[in-house]
Amino acid sequence: MIRLSVPFRQALARLVLPLLIAASFGLMLLGKADTVIAERARVALADFLVPVYDVLSRPVGAVQDAIEAVRGIADIHAENARLREENARLRRWHDVAMALEAENLALRAVLNAPAEPTPGFITTRVVADTGTSYARSVLLSTGPRHAVRKGQVALDENGLVGRVSEVGSRSARILLVTDINSRIPVQIERTGHRAILAGTNGPAPRLQHWAEGSQPQPGDRVVTSSQAGALPAGLPVGTVRQGHGGVLEVELAADMNRLTFVRLHDFGLSGILPPEQVARPEPRRRPGS
Amino acid sequence: MAVGLPRQTLLQRLDTAAHEAAPAALAVVLVIASCLPPLVPGQPGLIPSAAPAAVFFWTLYRPRLMSPLAVFGLGLLCDLLAAAPLGLNTLLLLLLHGIVLTQRRVLARQSFLLVWIAFALLATALFAVGWVLHAALAFRVLPVLPPLVELGLVIAVYPAFSWLFVRLERTLQAA
Repeated sequence: MIRLSVPFRQALARLVLPLLIAASFGLMLLGKADTVIAERARVALADFLVPVYDVLSRPVGAVQDAIEAVRGIADIHAENARLREENARLRRWHDVAMALEAENLALRAVLNAPAEPTPGFITTRVVADTGTSYARSVLLSTGPRHAVRKGQVALDENGLVGRVSEVGSRSARILLVTDINSRIPVQIERTGHRAILAGTNGPAPRLQHWAEGSQPQPGDRVVTSSQAGALPAGLPVGTVRQGHGGVLEVELAADMNRLTFVRLHDFGLSGILPPEQVARPEPRRRPGS
Repeated sequence: MAVGLPRQTLLQRLDTAAHEAAPAALAVVLVIASCLPPLVPGQPGLIPSAAPAAVFFWTLYRPRLMSPLAVFGLGLLCDLLAAAPLGLNTLLLLLLHGIVLTQRRVLARQSFLLVWIAFALLATALFAVGWVLHAALAFRVLPVLPPLVELGLVIAVYPAFSWLFVRLERTLQAA
């Protein structure tokens, strides 16, 4: 080790803090100027931490399930009655759906129309909630040799959750629809009018930019729109409701408080990405390459 | 001054290094753990970060165990993990470290309540600066409510973290 005189060493120690503060400003500039470096560093850290989270989040999930089970026992009676009623209702809908499907098939046969291709999907586990009060995102453990690509759409069992914004070798980050940088083209299911779903960092994103005279009404169902080829049309998003001050918000169908598994849909669309993500989505990999 | 002291063996040196790294290591573990899904399902993104409490506590009572470099590393971890603008948390934590360093001779002798109030004031100032920086880097006005809620949680949870850190400090002293 190099021997330094005591006053010199003290002076050096006093310099460290200002130097590091300057370095922080430097990092801020660097992060603004070159988003690729920041993204690479984030992806590398996520790849490193995801196996740890993968192991740690399992017992957490078990405890969550146990708490849920105890809670469930308390109102099991009411729940049972509700499910019975719902089951009866759904059985009627099932009959209707079967009849409609048969009719649809018959009509397709008459028209010789090709069936809509069923999109493939990958199911992945959410292992970490990296949300702060300024940004909302979650980390996925994808495992090695995955086929996850940037821009893919993530849904839980009920509806849209977000889009893949970063992909590592065994991890991926989803920018949630509640994030302030998230903009999703949507349409009102009833009327077909288009709008933009904008995140606010709060639990309910807002509706913006609808055409004049086509104001969405509270209670309307909101689905994704295929505008600009960013998303496939018709994925469930949520229902419109009136927020504070008359702002139109969307109550999300997805359960954002309890994301455990998400489906990543591979629609093969070259989508637009949120403004923060400057990189173009990667082209779809051809099988066998 | 190491003059006159017997030279440390490798094991002793490892032991010292482990002691000196323990506070920072605990802070890193707490920051990583705060991203785990919450035990009781609740609002996501509202698990308060342990970083401000850790930097405040160790800078106040054992500044040798929380060097500026460790603070910088901790901030960088927060930035990368939360996909925040790079350098933002590092700057905020370094500012906290610097301010506490200048006031520690007065603050370290006060009662827990006063220290807690000092932490609350510093954390509020820090969150205000953080909000301004976030807004400046994003070129837009950001909602105020989520950071306010997080600030409240960070302040409310400080006694728990403080208790944990006191435990670690006693263990370090005893060893």
